[in-house]
Amino acid sequence: MQFEWIMVPYSLLTLFIVVNYGLLLTALMQKIGARVGRRHGIPIWQNYVDLIKNYGIRSSITHGVMFYLGPVFRLTGGVGLLLFVPTLYGSEMFSNLSFAGDLILALYFIFFGSLGMALGAGESGHPHSAIGVSRGLSQVTTAELPFALAVFAIALQYQTLSVTEIVAAQQGSVWNWTLFTNPLAVAAAMLSFLGSMMRPPFDVVLAPQEIPIGPPTEYHSSYLALMQTNRVIFPIAKIVVYMNLFFGGAATWPVFFLKVFLIYFFSLFVGVVFPRFRVEQSVRWFLVWALPLGIAAILVV
Amino acid sequence: MKDELDKRLDNQPDGPERRGSLKDIPVREELLPRWVKGPEGQEYVVEPLQDYFCQAGPTVQTPAYTRIIEDLFNWARAESLWILGFGTGCGAIEMRPLMTPRFDAYRYGIQWRPTPRQANLFVISGYLSVKTLKRAIRSYEQMQNPKYVVGLGSCTINGGMYWDSYNTIKRLDDYLPVDLYITGCMPRPEALLQGFDDLKKLIRAGKAEGANHYAEHFDWYKANQKRVIKDWDMPDYSW
Ligand code: SF4
Repeated sequence: MQFEWIMVPYSLLTLFIVVNYGLLLTALMQKIGARVGRRHGIPIWQNYVDLIKNYGIRSSITHGVMFYLGPVFRLTGGVGLLLFVPTLYGSEMFSNLSFAGDLILALYFIFFGSLGMALGAGESGHPHSAIGVSRGLSQVTTAELPFALAVFAIALQYQTLSVTEIVAAQQGSVWNWTLFTNPLAVAAAMLSFLGSMMRPPFDVVLAPQEIPIGPPTEYHSSYLALMQTNRVIFPIAKIVVYMNLFFGGAATWPVFFLKVFLIYFFSLFVGVVFPRFRVEQSVRWFLVWALPLGIAAILVV
Repeated sequence: MKDELDKRLDNQPDGPERRGSLKDIPVREELLPRWVKGPEGQEYVVEPLQDYFCQAGPTVQTPAYTRIIEDLFNWARAESLWILGFGTGCGAIEMRPLMTPRFDAYRYGIQWRPTPRQANLFVISGYLSVKTLKRAIRSYEQMQNPKYVVGLGSCTINGGMYWDSYNTIKRLDDYLPVDLYITGCMPRPEALLQGFDDLKKLIRAGKAEGANHYAEHFDWYKANQKRVIKDWDMPDYSW
């Protein structure tokens, strides 16, 4: 891949669109969740207001260098993930910085944020953060396993590590999607998707209703705002990877919006139907149900 | 060891005074000064209250650069009230319905946070025993400027039906800077929503500067707090 300067503004444009879409989409999802509970839920612009407010907090305290870097790493994970996979297939403008081996890099970025966060939250010294980090890392790690297996399965299937080529192989008809050519891998990956979206039934790590809110316990003002920004970018970036790998990618923005909404909606749908798991339950659940699917997906290929 | 400690305390400006106060109040054992052995065998004195906590007091934080930005921030602050989930008296029970479908305060940008770091609104929901006051002060101080306090129920205004109790404070305003009282014993959830609405108006008008008021009159507040809290075994300001 050739680097050209024009890619920088293009990538920034992608980022801009995704951030705004993410802010609205997360609010929409919360609203839908609230409607299920017969509430009205937050206004659709609430995320913008919260963000402005947190940037507008006048004082902040620090616990050390890593405490600063935690949210930065987290945001890097989200933005990196977004920028290194093609957002729109076949578009010169929105392919971002994707290159031949980007699948591995994407896998790495998915985990990068959690690790940075763990270090930062650990330095805050709050016991709830420490509990949150250990819970979060064990859950995310087990949830990540089936996804990694699924990714290997489809990398074998398409004989490439480039997301763009995987998307290219799925074009033509709906029946070319990985969803239909390798349903086992998709099933394993979708189960793992539930685990990484931090929604019920797997949100015990971060749920504000739990007494410890988890890793961000000590984070406030601009730190928190950075993390909130990441909280809207990261799910979308992750969904983009899923969309590209399993659901044929998207060639235009409307298709992109629709597919992202539907994939996000899947996790919401499961979330409002099932109650929250404890961490050891969810770890067991991933190992018992999702992991065999992932192994089977590899064996079938 | 005793001499060493005394010497060290005497070297500090308010040392003798503090040595006296350390004797009077029942300080928890883990907060007492003690000898600690370092990794290379050297021994030194650790005074937890002095060494483990930041001693600086709060400072007045000036509003943002220009009027227009401050207005924008104030609007955002008003529309995004994050309540610290800390219930003190009977009134706490009236906050819960606000989360339910019937009242659904989320519609108005009101949410609950489990940690003081992220919250900007502290609702003192009723009578405050001296023991709870201590925790309330610590929680309040850990919130970041700008922060607001709402007193709920007559107990926070004048002591209410606990007026002659040996164990509760009467006027919340003496201990924490209250922005708004909601009267009633106990106020209904509708009254709370109305109160939050009024608070929003105050914030938008830039009149809810309780945190700065607290910083300006820090000594006065501390004196009041220490008058009722006899076992003051914490730093003066909990960052
Ligand atoms: S005002 Fe009434 S309801 Fe509220 S805490 Fe006091 S006694 Fe209880």
